[in-house]
Amino acid sequence: MIKFIFRGVLRDRTRTLFPFLTVAIGVGLAVFLDAYLRGTTDSMFNTTARLVCGHLMVTTSAGAHAGEYATPELALLDVTPRQQELENSYPEVVWTPRIRFGGIIDIPDSTGMTRAQVPVSGMAVDLSPGGIEHKLLRLDRILVRGKTPRNTKQILLSEQLSQRLGLNPGDRLTLITMTADGGMAIADFTLAGTIRFGITALDRSVLLDSIADLRQTLGLPDGATEILGFFKNGVYNDRRAINISRHYNARHTHPDEFSPLLRPLREASGMGQLIDIVANATGLILTIFIIAMAVVLWNAGLINSLRRYNEIGIRLALGESSRDIYLSLLAEAFFIGLLGSTAGTLLGLGAGFYMQRVGLNISGMMRNATVLIDDVLRARIAPVTFFIGFIPGLFATLLGNAISGLAVFRRQTAQLTKEFSE
Amino acid sequence: MKKLLFLALLTGITPPDGNLLLEKIDKNISGTTRRLVAEMRIVRKRGTRTLRVRSYVKGDSAFTEYLAPEREKGTKLLKLGKDLWIYTPESDRTIRISGHMLRQSVSGSDLSYEDMLEETRLKDAYTASTIGADSLNGRPVWVLELTARKPDIAYQKRRLWVDGERHIVLKEERYSRTGKLLKTTAVLETKLFDGRWVATRATFRDMLRANGENESLPGTEFTVEEVQFDAPTPPGLFSRSSLRR
Repeated sequence: MIKFIFRGVLRDRTRTLFPFLTVAIGVGLAVFLDAYLRGTTDSMFNTTARLVCGHLMVTTSAGAHAGEYATPELALLDVTPRQQELENSYPEVVWTPRIRFGGIIDIPDSTGMTRAQVPVSGMAVDLSPGGIEHKLLRLDRILVRGKTPRNTKQILLSEQLSQRLGLNPGDRLTLITMTADGGMAIADFTLAGTIRFGITALDRSVLLDSIADLRQTLGLPDGATEILGFFKNGVYNDRRAINISRHYNARHTHPDEFSPLLRPLREASGMGQLIDIVANATGLILTIFIIAMAVVLWNAGLINSLRRYNEIGIRLALGESSRDIYLSLLAEAFFIGLLGSTAGTLLGLGAGFYMQRVGLNISGMMRNATVLIDDVLRARIAPVTFFIGFIPGLFATLLGNAISGLAVFRRQTAQLTKEFSE
Repeated sequence: MKKLLFLALLTGITPPDGNLLLEKIDKNISGTTRRLVAEMRIVRKRGTRTLRVRSYVKGDSAFTEYLAPEREKGTKLLKLGKDLWIYTPESDRTIRISGHMLRQSVSGSDLSYEDMLEETRLKDAYTASTIGADSLNGRPVWVLELTARKPDIAYQKRRLWVDGERHIVLKEERYSRTGKLLKTTAVLETKLFDGRWVATRATFRDMLRANGENESLPGTEFTVEEVQFDAPTPPGLFSRSSLRR
């Protein structure tokens, strides 16, 4: 019987082509959308994580309260033992300390007098070759001129700012900032190279320094404004991040404003609402997709019923029960759904795979943007992408045909001969 | 004003002319030259820092050298009219403080570099009117309201509580153009040096900082250890070349 129905589906194209195409296109779109949405949000979250707050962020309570206005005065102390504790407690996360600071760079003229002064937004990280920050900040990719610092008292500066100030690698500059105890820190540096993150908000005034150098300048031995944590698989896991933060904070409940506070990306970046929207968006897209496709297929089923009006009448007249005919229509729908969903999934995966490998360059649209997002948008195919469209595609086909097929139970055969003669 | 008239009728004391009182304040504090050694106690969230400085003032020029702590020893500040330079021995650079830097705090204190560029003589920068009478630290004081003569002056309005007899300011409030309270000064001790009354201990508070996360902090305490009026100054002191000496 199954073989018979399957053959009928394959041979009678007028019965199958439209529902097949509908399911295939719908499923294909759903699969691609899932991969695209996943990739885009990953890009947004990971860019924010890499450059701002990690997947997890430990700061002092006062530092968390001050947010982007936090100064090294509110930094964490005894970072090495704290980092060790984090590494032992949460081995699936890799941890790295950073110092975020503001300051002014003073450019001397040939006589050593001030030629220019500009405010900078600084970040001090572990710049050692092969270190985790090399990978996180993609130092090899963002370097425009010069080289990454190899010696002490060398810094990297935004290419945009360097161009504006007429600075070249090897030039001397002075950083003026505030020490951890509120004093003034003035230190001389050599420009090792220039960088471009490709993110306008950062490229205006970013300065990268070695954390060891800056600790000395700020009088902050073994201190950091933050310790950032990154899941080793590179993907932000919101639920796990929340659990880790609850667990860690429960163990560090001191009333002191300098006590450590661990926050997941959703809190540290203020992106919690966005994360929730994205999480719900996939479900919403699929629901709309199932409803829309079911309506289309219901309609297709109704047209099909009209076209097969005589066939159903004859089958009833020959003694086949309405229930059997209805079940055979559902079986046909199952096969169409199966074929359409398989084709659609392959189609969506193909497009998604292309976007994952090649991506879409949006740098032209991001010139004046202030959001932290990569210039190339990429999709990401996750295990769930393989069946996210398949099951709804099958379900929508069955649902559409189940509704339209109900007409079988209302089919009358009393005037069958008269209908044929007409 | 009504209060002043009532006071005048009641006591027979006539409120002094504000501008005249301002002139007397200027005369009391300024000599040909002034040399002072002072200590600045800066209370921050993470602890207290104490700076010791030696300053020379001559007209609208000033030279300050940090004597302690060790980390900041040898740092020098030079003011020549409207220009300000800083020199630090560790970078061996003379850096001009201008633009963004003027608003920065001096060594984490409640004072900004802009405060250091203020006109030395109040009368040249402000017009004053007497708006009331009060009592402070057990001394009768006149309350003066100062209005800036020029729009480029950092504090467009000031309110001073002035000891009319000793010609010394005992309390001060500095306001922005919009009337927002920016800084306060409270004199805690005064002393007589060479026939002039000098505030020897005072607390400065940056109210923008105090209203934020540093609400509980007391501000910056300034204690004068030595004052010498009309003292000789080292030759060539008020020049940029003296910074690297």
